[in-house]
Parts: sequence; C-alpha cells; structure tokens
Amino acid sequence: MAENSDKVTDKEVYLNRRRFIQAAVMAGTATATTLIYRRLNPPPAPVVEGDKLAEVAKAPTAEAVKEGFAVNDQVTPLEAITNYNNFYEFDTSKSGVAYAAKGFVTRPWAVSVEGLVNKPKVFDLDELLKFPLEERIYRLRCVEGWSMVIPWVGFPLNKLLEKVEPTSEARYVAFQTLLDPERMPNQRTGVLDWPYVEGLRLDEAMHPLTIMATGMYDETLPPQDGAPIRLVVPWKYGFKSIKSVVKITLVAGEPPTTWNIQAPDEYGFYSNVNPNVPHPRWSQATERRIGEYSRRNTLLFNGYGEQVAHLYQGMDLVKNY
Amino acid sequence: MADVRFLKVVVFVNSLIPLVLLLWDLYRERVGPNPLQFATTTTGMLTLIFLSLTVAITPLRKIFGVNSLVKLRRMLGLFAFFYGALHLLTYIWFDRGFNLISVVPDVVKRPFILAGMTAFLLMVPLAITSTNKMVKRLGGKRWANLHRLVYLSVIAAVVHFWMLVKSDTRLPLTFGFIVLFLLGYRLLTKYMPAEPNTSLFPRE
Repeated sequence: MAENSDKVTDKEVYLNRRRFIQAAVMAGTATATTLIYRRLNPPPAPVVEGDKLAEVAKAPTAEAVKEGFAVNDQVTPLEAITNYNNFYEFDTSKSGVAYAAKGFVTRPWAVSVEGLVNKPKVFDLDELLKFPLEERIYRLRCVEGWSMVIPWVGFPLNKLLEKVEPTSEARYVAFQTLLDPERMPNQRTGVLDWPYVEGLRLDEAMHPLTIMATGMYDETLPPQDGAPIRLVVPWKYGFKSIKSVVKITLVAGEPPTTWNIQAPDEYGFYSNVNPNVPHPRWSQATERRIGEYSRRNTLLFNGYGEQVAHLYQGMDLVKNY
Repeated sequence: MADVRFLKVVVFVNSLIPLVLLLWDLYRERVGPNPLQFATTTTGMLTLIFLSLTVAITPLRKIFGVNSLVKLRRMLGLFAFFYGALHLLTYIWFDRGFNLISVVPDVVKRPFILAGMTAFLLMVPLAITSTNKMVKRLGGKRWANLHRLVYLSVIAAVVHFWMLVKSDTRLPLTFGFIVLFLLGYRLLTKYMPAEPNTSLFPRE
C-alpha cells in the first residue's frame, strides 16, 4: 500500500499542479502581451521646461488679429504641441519624436545667410536671439489633415534678410536643416533625402507673417519642435516650416524642396493650404484640430487669405499646388 | 497540445488585452494629443496583426507539425474581424462623424480607404460562415474555397497600410514580406511533390 501511493500521484495533487501551471501560463502570457503593448505604445513624454525668453512683445489682441499675428482660436496645450511632431530627423512616428529628440544639443549653433546678398554673414544663435522678439499665435495646418494653434515667439524673416541685403538677382530663398546623424539619429536611415531643404519665393519670405521662431509659450523651442531656430509660414502646410535651420541661401531659381523630391506629384513647391486641392491620396477639405472631436473645414491659405492672397494673384493654385 | 480548450482561453484573453489597455488609456487620457487618431491606428494595426496570425496558422502547422494549431484559427480570424470592425467604426465615427452618406464618395476618392474597405468587406462573409453549422451547410470543400478570400483580404489590408504612410514604408513593407512568405509558402507546398513528412520535427 505504501509502495502504491509513492508511485501514483494523488488525483487531487495532479489537478492542483495542473491548475498551478495553467495559472502560471495565463499570468505569464498576459504579462508579456501587456509589456509588448506598453513597449509599442509608450505614454506621452513629460513636458521639459525651456529657458524663459525675455521681453517678448505682445501686440494688442484686436490689432494683432487684424494683421494675422494672432487668432482668437483656443491655443493648443504645450503637452500636445511637444508630443505630436513630424520631425523625421529624429523619428517617423509623431509620438516618438519627443523621446528621440530629448537632449538634442543646440549650442553652439550658427545660421549662415549667404548666396545672392551683398553682406553674407554667419549669425551666432545669441545674435539671433537679440532680434526684437514678438509673439505670434498662428494656426498650423499639417498636410496630413490635423491642425494646432501655436503661440510662437520669434522675429520676421525680413528683418534678418534686410541685414544681408539681397541683390536684385535674388528671387528665392533656400533653407537647410542641420545634417548630423550623430545628433539626429534618424538621418542614418533613407526615409528622406538629407539634409532637409525647403524654399520660399523672396516675396513670401519677406512677408510680415513669415517668421523665424526661436520659442513658443514664452520659452525657448523644445528640440522636437525645431530647436533652436525654425521657419514658420502659417499659410502653408506644416512641412514648409523647416526646423533646426543652419543655412539660408538667396538664389535666382526655384530651389529643390525635400518633400517635392520625395513625391513630386503629392507635394508642390508652393504647398499653400487649400481645401479645394486634394492631396492625391486624401482630401484636404477638412482637418482635425488637436483637442477637438469633430473635424473643421480647412480654410484657404489657412485663413490668412486677407494677408497673403495678393501674392498669388493670377496664379493657377491647382497647377501650382 | 493536449489541452486545446485551455490554449483557446489563453489566446482569447491575450487577444483582448490590447483592447482593454486601449480603452483604459483612452479613459485616462494617456494616448497623446490625438486620441481619435490613436484609436484608429491601434485598431488598424491589431486587425493586420490578427489577419497575419490567421494566415500564419497553416504554414506554422506544416512547418512545426502541430496540427492542433488549426483549432485556434477561427478565433484569430474572428478577432481580425472584430478589430477590423472597430477600426471601421472609429473611421465612420471620428473621421466621418457618423455621416454614412459621406463615406461613399470618400471611399471612391481616397484609394487607401477603398483598399481598407475591401479588406474589411472580404472578411464579412468569412465571419458569417465561421460557425460549425455553416461549414456543414456549405460542405467542407466549398467552405474552404470561400475562406481563401482571407488571402485577398490580408493583401488589401497591407496595401491599405502601405498607401497611407507618407515616406517611411518600413513597417508596411515588413507586413508585406511576412504576408508574401505566408502566402508563397502555400503555393510552394501546393506545387511541390509532397514529401512523406513535410514537417521539420517529428509529430508527437
């Protein structure tokens, strides 16, 4: 009898053991699935405080709105602006940029302004920060169909261009982002032609709405939003507003632009916000304002028609998309 | 695989975990600045994962000789349909504001939506005929032929994904290669003379 009970496991014990293994398998796989999901969907990055920018001029609201320097729409929270970025030099996912750009070193930094100018000059960042800073509350419309309202801090690009004195042959302005795969790790991949380049017609560049932004929310720009200095052209799709600029060149002919090189039939040189000209793969008639649940109608020139429509008088906006 | 029933419970629970986490994160507002987009992207990705898992069953079975895997296929397929339906719902709800009339021109105008809608509609008859009763009613052979539609569905789903990304096509291409392998494996085994034992490992 004693021999028998040694050999045959008691039924109760067998079932208990089985149940234990099943519980372990269930708990183990459930934990693994949860961890994989969490790994693939990390929570938004915490907001990192920038340095306070001193003496930011704020125009009286009514006057600013009339000139397009401010809008009455609700401003997008900083947490959203800093966690929803298209900045392929760091990451191609909008939520991943904040993590990938963390700790991006922006000093020393210089912007070379050259080409068809009488006084080419390399501006150190500290020099650029000495331009009288203004707040500009602009709508930003991404070509992907979403939008934000961002309280930029910066100075009109024309103030910078005046200093270098463009010659009479200068018709266009070309911009270039930093090329440094050490600091911008996704430049090691071939998702775009690096460095990122953009361009404007000279009259677009001289327009008072076109600014070089060095901050937002009265602080210096976070890395994921184009630190330390970027272009902002509010009536064009967001990708025209090139980030982390190191070079500005005055040229005679239309300069190449990155997204146009990538897909010429989808992204034109002008890329003015236009609800009537659909992207070949999706409509541009509406947009989702970040923080809102229903879609808004997209406005021609992103609502800045009163200020900029004259720049395109007589131009076919369908052909010049 | 002695205990298929238990295995099914494990797969069922693990398949629901992403939905539970998604809903929990949405409730706590921890999904980033564009929660609607996040819900759409996540359910879409889950649909593609479950579609791929469904068509992976047959090759896995043959390669590893674990025939009981087939018992999981229906559940995986139904989860693909389930997440696909949620994905479609987020689009109709958030993108179209439940304006069903506007869905039709949108499907025609936006080719990537057309591809996605095709992938989903192809899954509908498969979900309807997924019961044992339906297998009997249709007859095994006809049922199996009908369910080959899943190949077209998964291809349409990959095309849908590939068409909507702007320039970084690495992820859709990865899915593309996986699906290509899974479907290509079928062609290879179909036209190659059957070996006495096609599995790498001896059956238990």
